[in-house]
Amino acid sequence: MRVALFVTCVNDTLYPRTGQAVVTLLERLGVEVAFPAAQSCCGQPQFNTGYRRESEPLVRRYADVFRDYDHIVTPSGSCAAMVRDNHPRVGDRAAQEGRDGELAEAAAAAAARTYELTEFLVDVLKVTDVGAYYPHAVTYHPTCHGLRMLGLGDRPRRLLENVRGLELRELPGAEECCGFGGTFAVKNPAVSAAMGADKARSIGTTGAQAVCTVDNSCLMHIGGTLARLGSPVRPVHIAEILASTEGDVR
Amino acid sequence: MSGTYLGMPAFPRAAALSSQDKTLRGNLRHATHTIRAKRAKAVDELADWDRLREAGAAVKNRTLRHLDHYLEQVEAAVTAAGGQVHWAADAAEANRIVTGLVQATGETEVVKVKSMATQEIGLNDALAEAGITACETDLAELIVQLGDDLPSHILVPAIHRNRSEIREIFRDRMADWGRPAPDGLTDTPAELAEAARLHLREKFLRAKVGISGANFVVAETGTLVVVESEGNGRMCLTLPETLISVVGIEKIVPAWQDLEIFLQLLPRSSTAERMNPYTSMWTGTSDDDGPRTFHLVLLDNGRTDTLADTVGRQALRCIRCSACLNVCPVYERAGGHAYGSPYPGPIGAILTPQIRGTDSELDASLPYASTLCGACYEVCPVAIDIPEVLVHLRERVAEGGEVTRRGTRVKVKPAKGHAAERAAMRASRWLLDRPGALRAGQRALSRSRRFHPKRMPGPGRAWTDSRDLPPAPAESFRDWWARTRGEGRNP
Repeated sequence: MRVALFVTCVNDTLYPRTGQAVVTLLERLGVEVAFPAAQSCCGQPQFNTGYRRESEPLVRRYADVFRDYDHIVTPSGSCAAMVRDNHPRVGDRAAQEGRDGELAEAAAAAAARTYELTEFLVDVLKVTDVGAYYPHAVTYHPTCHGLRMLGLGDRPRRLLENVRGLELRELPGAEECCGFGGTFAVKNPAVSAAMGADKARSIGTTGAQAVCTVDNSCLMHIGGTLARLGSPVRPVHIAEILASTEGDVR
Repeated sequence: MSGTYLGMPAFPRAAALSSQDKTLRGNLRHATHTIRAKRAKAVDELADWDRLREAGAAVKNRTLRHLDHYLEQVEAAVTAAGGQVHWAADAAEANRIVTGLVQATGETEVVKVKSMATQEIGLNDALAEAGITACETDLAELIVQLGDDLPSHILVPAIHRNRSEIREIFRDRMADWGRPAPDGLTDTPAELAEAARLHLREKFLRAKVGISGANFVVAETGTLVVVESEGNGRMCLTLPETLISVVGIEKIVPAWQDLEIFLQLLPRSSTAERMNPYTSMWTGTSDDDGPRTFHLVLLDNGRTDTLADTVGRQALRCIRCSACLNVCPVYERAGGHAYGSPYPGPIGAILTPQIRGTDSELDASLPYASTLCGACYEVCPVAIDIPEVLVHLRERVAEGGEVTRRGTRVKVKPAKGHAAERAAMRASRWLLDRPGALRAGQRALSRSRRFHPKRMPGPGRAWTDSRDLPPAPAESFRDWWARTRGEGRNP
């Protein structure tokens, strides 16, 4: 089984610990992980803002870079959804517009082999207890693209429930968007901030020490809002919780 | 809020103001969360909801594909049943037709059934210019009209008002339009409803002309269907001598058998009822009862052009249930007026830029009035992939492209105000398509991390006004990998 990590541009640049956690976790589970260095970004910022043509080279790059791997694992529900739902669309449109007739097929093939981390753990490796230890009260926010586009369902929760020491706190209004929305956060800052503040308040009512998601982009907005509001709740990616063991407790 | 959408600011500016209005936020939060929960319960009762939803989408798609055929079928059936059919290419033509029809009766007052099509074309203003008073009879539309206000929700146009505000409006304004509000009116729902009932009853009994829209038109018999909760619609549809119905051409369903699907989908999605209280159906005219004269005005107003767009056309499946508004976190904070159209919320954000175009700053801003969270798509009873259409329309705004206007393919230019964004997107793509350059950028970011400001200037303020920036790491993931695993180590 040839497994490649698609770390995503956000994690690569701003949250390397999340990528390191995925590597630690997968290797602990006996999976050898490759990191093809020619990878970059799924093209979602361009695509979702209306610049589909700008996303096209990145869609092509993704399909090329990961062509020889059986499974492509990414610690981002949003980027996985972009690859799975929108890469084939970008390919189809390129063909319709007479540019790259083979992109659609290549994109669809790569999309079919792309897994969000919790999908890969539960569906491919068939594990829900990854042997993690994380002695904290944690609340889980299901991010929108993981929830609605990928249909992650209870996979992340099942993984968290099996983490020793972790106390899972219910998040009121969990399925409401946090207000990040990519470029929405800066194009509609007032509404984005209002949604973020409401999400931060809900998180605060849980009494959790940490809020966890499958997406660092949403978490950048949630964590940034929590910090600005002076909340002690820490944002943490699910990979970092699942990678933690007794030896990591500081 | 005055009675016009013209000249309204772009969505982000309007929403920046409305989202700070604590009363509005409270009213909307309470109302949308209540109806959201009720809808979820009503939908959960049906084991075959997903299949109903698929069937609804399929019937609408089939109808739209053969719309020319069904429209002619409707015209023939309505005419055979004693009605008269008029064709309106745009809002101005529809207003002209309706105004002329009312003038021909010699009346100066008409009663109206709640109708999105007549809001879309601004019929009340057009009638007023001709000296004709159009009285809204739906309770929420009445509140909006008496308050010189604009609707802010498709199903509940006065959703932005609470009971005490409604009491004020009734007390201060009812007398200007007819029977005044009773003395000592309180804000209990029963008293407010009774005040409206007494006020409206006079109008129903006096009216010689009724104006409506329709939720559905059954092509095989030419039957119009109005679905409502209050019974005011039934009054307007049966008491006047003349009935004029303004109906968008996408409202057609081919047969009665198809109607069965929508009479399940619509009430549960909109009011969270298993069945709506009043379903009125009429076919032409009858000598024994109801209006003696019936006019059907079939409204295009951008619909045929929208139909030409293979991605955007799915918006024409909409049955105006409002489920997408009630689950939308952006609508909940911004309120309906920020969308600058009678169609607010997610469906408005894809319908308005298609019907009105993307030339104005407001209309060009609507496709961006969404986080693409997908809650709207999840609840839509006819499975309109609203996020897909939003992104499609963003491309039209950002990059321009071919659209159909009045049946002709034309090229539209990118909307104004996107130059900096376009440059940023091109630059980011250039960087992301060159991993070496990306790595250099990441290293520069890491090396300078001690000097990163807490608050950014210029466009970056939109982020740092409400959120801290994440601290840059000492090294990127790719550098960590290269340092610990070696550049070439890939199994």
